[in-house]
Amino acid sequence: MANLTSHPDEIRVVSQRFGKGATDLSTYLQLDGYKAVQKALAMQPDDIINEVKTSNLRGRGGAGFPTGMKWSFVPKQSDKPKYILVNGDESEPGTCKDRLILEHDPHSVIEGVIIAGLAVGAKIGYVYIRGEYRYLVDIMRQAIADAYAKGFLGKNIFGSGKDFDVYWHTGAGAYEVGEESALMESLEGKRGIPRIRPPFPAVVGLWGGPTVINNVESIAAVPHIILMGGQKFANYGPPKNGGTRLFCLSGHVNKPGVYELPLGYPLKTLIYDVGGGIPNGRKLKAVVPGGSSTFLLNAEEAESINMDFDSFAKRGEFLGSGGVVILDDQTCMVKFALRVMKFYQHESCGWCIPCREGTDWLKKTLTRFHNGGGLRKDIDNIRYLAQNMLGRTFCPLGDAAAIPTMSIVDKWRSEFEAHLEGKPCPFDPEGKISELPVLSH
Amino acid sequence: MAISEKLDQFFDAKMKEYPTKRSFLVPMLLYSQDEVGYISDEVVAHLAKKTDLTELEVRNVVSYYSMLRSRPAGKYNVQVCTNICCMLRGADELMEHCEKRLGIGHKETTPDGMFSLEEVECIGACSWAPAVQVNYDFHENLTPDAMDKVLENYRKRG
Repeated sequence: MANLTSHPDEIRVVSQRFGKGATDLSTYLQLDGYKAVQKALAMQPDDIINEVKTSNLRGRGGAGFPTGMKWSFVPKQSDKPKYILVNGDESEPGTCKDRLILEHDPHSVIEGVIIAGLAVGAKIGYVYIRGEYRYLVDIMRQAIADAYAKGFLGKNIFGSGKDFDVYWHTGAGAYEVGEESALMESLEGKRGIPRIRPPFPAVVGLWGGPTVINNVESIAAVPHIILMGGQKFANYGPPKNGGTRLFCLSGHVNKPGVYELPLGYPLKTLIYDVGGGIPNGRKLKAVVPGGSSTFLLNAEEAESINMDFDSFAKRGEFLGSGGVVILDDQTCMVKFALRVMKFYQHESCGWCIPCREGTDWLKKTLTRFHNGGGLRKDIDNIRYLAQNMLGRTFCPLGDAAAIPTMSIVDKWRSEFEAHLEGKPCPFDPEGKISELPVLSH
Repeated sequence: MAISEKLDQFFDAKMKEYPTKRSFLVPMLLYSQDEVGYISDEVVAHLAKKTDLTELEVRNVVSYYSMLRSRPAGKYNVQVCTNICCMLRGADELMEHCEKRLGIGHKETTPDGMFSLEEVECIGACSWAPAVQVNYDFHENLTPDAMDKVLENYRKRG
């Protein structure tokens, strides 16, 4: 459904079967499908984990935690069943990559789940797909049914004597459920309220059993890592940042799209070459590097940074989810901050007071500010409020709301000042702003 | 019964894939809504019985999820994403256009029950913005003119 794009710099690992009809099981088999799981069935669990460790694969949902290490935290012995849970609740604004994997290559996800299960000793996997992605739920249902029919799932998979079940599940609209502990609550049929950690899901997860939770893109990379070897995958990226990742380019670029590029790819090249630059002869103002929860970069920073986890960590910032949003010089950063905050206010579950109250106050303040009713002291107050949400909530939604807000105030303070004393928005002097629809739900 | 027998049997089969009865509740609510049009009192009562929960416990779950609604929407629920990537590519204007064309606002339904309109958060179409979902169908890279064609096609379908 969604348009596919391409660029010569792409290295197609996870996306190698896009557009090739691999939802069909016989086509998937022709394209090396289910070879990795057969290889893994002949391996020792620790060797599978070590291969993934060698690959330097880091969580593609946004946190960037090393996948192999996550798997190694699962206790070998457990009285309760162990589970693999695939996070397909993709809803971080700017991120639309898991959708393509589920649409074009659902069997790679199933295969990855089985391999993860073999590695940690789990026999059951759940694939959780957000409710809005119904057509992908249908594709996954069919893929799972086809895999059972072939004996790739169920009892004695591939004649190995081992059993493995994969089940699909769907949400019903909730950003917060993308957070791993809220995801488990939702899968257990509850409100997606986050759990406090420790204990971590690897020890106490779904129904109290040890649980590995991986993003769709991470799990889809696993079969490729097993087949090509962890070292080859690692070599695509810089040290400690293995492989490629799907970058979702959006906003003010000529060629938006999802591109698979090696980690460490220069953001400048991503914007001006892969993305074809900024439309309408405008200039770059800002970049959201990895979904709306990340620190924004100004043009100068964006033109000098490489897209890997450690280049961002060095700055105390985050690479995030792969959602790269480009903002041109005619974008009002106050309006942008307001729209981001409206989102987090809408999605806050209300469990933790700093997030519930903080996002609401910030939305109100930013709305008033953008409508020309801001006071000079509001600028510092906005930053102070955001800063005080950081690290004070069960799940990172509070942080996610605070981080972009703080970076916008820090880097574009002059734009806040330009809205003072009842002045109309400099980027929208007609003043349509006050009519911005306000979500009531 | 609140839902069709076929749907109920589908639920029974899926519930076996989990160790607890309530686990499949969220999908059951969504699939019931797809059939009934909204989460009716009867749906709540039926699913509560099925999962050994109280009706209040089921309602607590319903209120958390933004896709679940307690009253019917139009036959075609037009959901305009206005989150950042869509906003940067004209979503506010698209929302305004839909309001004018359909003569209704956020979470309202046309008098003939054909269309309802909703402003929604990110639907995962960021690289193909601005985007709209009509029920479960994605429409991407939209302009006001393209939006008119989309609406017209649904109107023709009736």
